[in-house]
Amino acid sequence: MLNTLTLKQALDKLEKKEITLGDLNSDVKSAIEKLNKDLNVYLTINEKKITQAEMSAPLAGLPIAVKDNYCTKDLKTTASSTVLDNFIPQYDSTVIAKLKKAGGHIVGKTNLDAWAHGSSTETSQYGRTLNPRNTDYLPGGSSGGSAAAVAADLCLASLGTETAGSIRQPSSWCGVVGLKPTYGRCSRYGVVAMASSTDSPGPIAKTVEDSAILLNYIAGHDKYDGTTSTQKVEDYTKYLDQNITGMKIGVLYTDIEGLEEIKEIFIDQVKVFEKLGATVEFIKAMDPHHAIGVYTIIQRGEVSSNLGRFDGIRYGNDRSFFGHEAKNRIMLGTYTLSKGYAHQYYNTAQKVRTLFIEDYKKLFKDYDVLVSPTSPGYAKKIGISESSAMFGELEDMLLEPSSIAGLPGISVPCYRDPKTNLYLGMNLVAPMFREDLVIKVGDAFEKNTKWNSWRNK
Amino acid sequence: MSNKITTQQVQHIAQLANIPVDDSEAKKLATGFEETLDTIKDLRAVDTEGIEPTHQVTGMENVLREDIVDDSRTFTQAEALANAKETYQGFFVVPRIIKK
Repeated sequence: MLNTLTLKQALDKLEKKEITLGDLNSDVKSAIEKLNKDLNVYLTINEKKITQAEMSAPLAGLPIAVKDNYCTKDLKTTASSTVLDNFIPQYDSTVIAKLKKAGGHIVGKTNLDAWAHGSSTETSQYGRTLNPRNTDYLPGGSSGGSAAAVAADLCLASLGTETAGSIRQPSSWCGVVGLKPTYGRCSRYGVVAMASSTDSPGPIAKTVEDSAILLNYIAGHDKYDGTTSTQKVEDYTKYLDQNITGMKIGVLYTDIEGLEEIKEIFIDQVKVFEKLGATVEFIKAMDPHHAIGVYTIIQRGEVSSNLGRFDGIRYGNDRSFFGHEAKNRIMLGTYTLSKGYAHQYYNTAQKVRTLFIEDYKKLFKDYDVLVSPTSPGYAKKIGISESSAMFGELEDMLLEPSSIAGLPGISVPCYRDPKTNLYLGMNLVAPMFREDLVIKVGDAFEKNTKWNSWRNK
Repeated sequence: MSNKITTQQVQHIAQLANIPVDDSEAKKLATGFEETLDTIKDLRAVDTEGIEPTHQVTGMENVLREDIVDDSRTFTQAEALANAKETYQGFFVVPRIIKK
């Protein structure tokens, strides 16, 4: 069962000629044939053969799953909406071009909430994805297919995108690692746009190490995306297996209402950092409830503008194909940006956004990394999102402050409920462009606890 | 303060957004809007006096490039038209907006 290897293990074994790429791919393929029909992880399987160029590049042609909102040349890209039911991109998004150049082979395109609007995959117009850890439950979202593909070993690693929680929350629910890079660290060019001022492509992987390896290849300045940073891309694998003695860790949000179910477990896990020589303090930050308002207004506004391009003329179907959630968001954004309301909503939101950024700057004077639960609880049962227009925002409340501030964060598994086999995630956040810190501390946590299912089989 | 949204308002917004919405969906959307606006109303309680808005977080300004066509990434006519539902002699066909 070579599909259960981590990316790093597979690379090492290929290098030592202990395994062949052909055997690995046939194991991935049979796992997909066995599980995909029920889990609904992949919407499209890439039938193209691995090229010689991919095999001789660093990622050696290994199978990587890609969220279906990345444009992939000659491979259908739907963003899980029937508006793009037959859309075959004529170019690769920058991150995909980089992945291919690095030798990553796209195994298939994964399901998401339509247009990435949601936190469950239940708004996908191609049906929900199920959580491979327990199929009575949802995988989270919007990158639910990518997180499930990793959890079910239907790939070695995957790519997701996050606007506010869409990488980290499904990673938490599926018991995998999700790394949301700093805004502007990975190019948005060719990614179906949602909220342009917070959209951040990034890896979802089996281990922190694998996420660092992938980030090495997909990060960097892109002349086709003016918001990407020219700051040098580091070798993020340098920060693995490091000592965290003396580091200062601030713990946020443990007193918030709604976290009762997981509070004690989480506080217990945070103590691991003390054993590793770091100092841990429970601190107060700006109320994340305000981030829901900020994010909701900014996101709906930017959605209404970004989704204006779908006119069914140059590509795709017409606007009558939008599902309910897309209509809800486009129209709410249209309303809050309209004359007379823009000041009350959008401008106020952008000011409160400034307050969050200032709050983080103050906290990072005293702490290297800030940690909190990724999600207020475990994965939810199927059907949950249908009851509330605000389901996703409440679910992602603990992640929204760092998303609107553009900060990097990682979610690592920090508990498994033995009764349900469902996981909790711990979210680690660092200042802008300090992916090194979340990788270093996340890796230390992963290697000194038993919650990563690939490290502790 | 609660936000009451009427189905007439929803239909007006739908028209602005160019999305067809039938009456039963307009009702559902109105309820959703009210719920959403209710959740975000506490923002007004935050003191934002004298605070500058943040439109983007990168701190970069005026990112420009030379205005030169890069032939290596320009679509051919066939590529540009590849996903269009209807084309005519190398053009996109658009819906008529002016009555005969």
